[in-house]
Amino acid sequence: MRPFTYHRAVDLDDAVRAVAGTGAVALGGGTNLVDLMRRDVEHPDTLVDLSGLALTPVREQPDGGLRIGASVRNSALAAHSLVRTRYPVLAQALLSGASGQLRTMATVGGNLLQRTRCPYFSDTSAPCNKREPGSGCGALEGLHRDAAVLGTSEHCIATHPSDMAVALIALDAVVEVRSVRRTRYVPLTELHRLPGETPQHDTTLEADELIVAVDLPAPVTTCSAYRKVRDRASFAFALVSVAAGLEVRDGTVAAARLALGGVAHKPWRAVEVERVLTGAPATEETFRGAAEAELAAAVGRPDNAFKIELARRTIVAALAGLLTERGTR
Amino acid sequence: MGGVEDIELRVNGVTHWVPLDPRVSLLDALREHLGLTGTKKGCDQGACGACTVLVDGERIAACLALAVQYGDGREITTIEGIGSADDPHPLQRAFVEHDGFQCGYCTSGQICSAIGMLAEHRAGMPSAVTADVAAEHVELTDAEIKERMSGNLCRCGAYDGILAAVRQVASIAVTEAPAR
Repeated sequence: MRPFTYHRAVDLDDAVRAVAGTGAVALGGGTNLVDLMRRDVEHPDTLVDLSGLALTPVREQPDGGLRIGASVRNSALAAHSLVRTRYPVLAQALLSGASGQLRTMATVGGNLLQRTRCPYFSDTSAPCNKREPGSGCGALEGLHRDAAVLGTSEHCIATHPSDMAVALIALDAVVEVRSVRRTRYVPLTELHRLPGETPQHDTTLEADELIVAVDLPAPVTTCSAYRKVRDRASFAFALVSVAAGLEVRDGTVAAARLALGGVAHKPWRAVEVERVLTGAPATEETFRGAAEAELAAAVGRPDNAFKIELARRTIVAALAGLLTERGTR
Repeated sequence: MGGVEDIELRVNGVTHWVPLDPRVSLLDALREHLGLTGTKKGCDQGACGACTVLVDGERIAACLALAVQYGDGREITTIEGIGSADDPHPLQRAFVEHDGFQCGYCTSGQICSAIGMLAEHRAGMPSAVTADVAAEHVELTDAEIKERMSGNLCRCGAYDGILAAVRQVASIAVTEAPAR
């Protein structure tokens, strides 16, 4: 690991100032960043440690929403009673990610900003446009079973690995971002970006910007769930995951929220699914049509084309599961 | 840039001032600088759980933790602080009783992880296999124990014994503090 300067932020203003420095990177739990530094994929000049900061904890808002501080641990968020009762999809997504040890370390901000687990990204001897722009994409003709099928480019087919972010997208989360210049609020759907010609940029954040909190509005429904499909039953990244919320009145879908993980360079808000579902009969036939519409633009490669059908089926299964859950309550 | 600084680490109830480069992981600080070799280095990338220690009673992977992040009086507990040959922790006794290991390399991590896991469960934490995450109490079934312990690998495959040991201690509702 290359040498760096360690800066323990004493308060939020100090953190924002320090992150504005050249080559400075914020450090949360370190579960991804420390590993990438060891592999020489990341080599910050300064680490700004936010772990000592009493950033906003999890707090109920007057409008029935929830404000989550960026340094809240994944384990603490999953265990929070308001998350478990009002936003079950978020609790389930958090608990499906990594392991007990890593969830204790990982922060909300760090989870959002974690890097892809594409093997070419973490292998400095291999080409990767995300790590080294212009070097090529090893995954296109190489190992790409875990790669993206939606929103890809010829420069990058990496996926975003977070489970938590998929649930937060389905919950209409907004991220509060601060810098020495300004404070702004970014809908989570606009935080991460598609690779295009510049896959080195995972997000729309500027180098001096720091995520300080995530705001959730009151949930449109408490009938929500996270369904994750992976190669082994625990402690593995998603092949495909679905975060879904479904509000049904008189057999008709009154409101639907759905996002996909494991299929794109960003947590994927399934706007086509939501469009087809809203106002339609709450039946499996509708769910299948909605899934078809969302995946119509998907492009698979030889080893990851299975994800398209898997995503279709997982969308239908997640929605059908919510329908059953509603019926039994 | 960087450079060695004295870091205050509180381990198993004892305060140490350790000259450390900020690149040093908590795992290497424990093993190489404090001589506490009970905590093991397996994958060194957070995937195997052999390096699990407790910080303020919560389990973490010490290999991905920079030691400088864990100063300032946080209470670090390693297997050396859990129990000894003369005075073993109930989980240590249960691992012996149920053959919860073969080579033993993963054992200290398994035990620290199980102690942290049981504390999480007592505090009401659900898991990925919990049917209703909003439930106030979750029964610690075998499926729950397996899911909650999935961050600890055992390459000898002593999982049946590990499960039996954890199940036994969970069922007698250990009330002892993890650190003594």
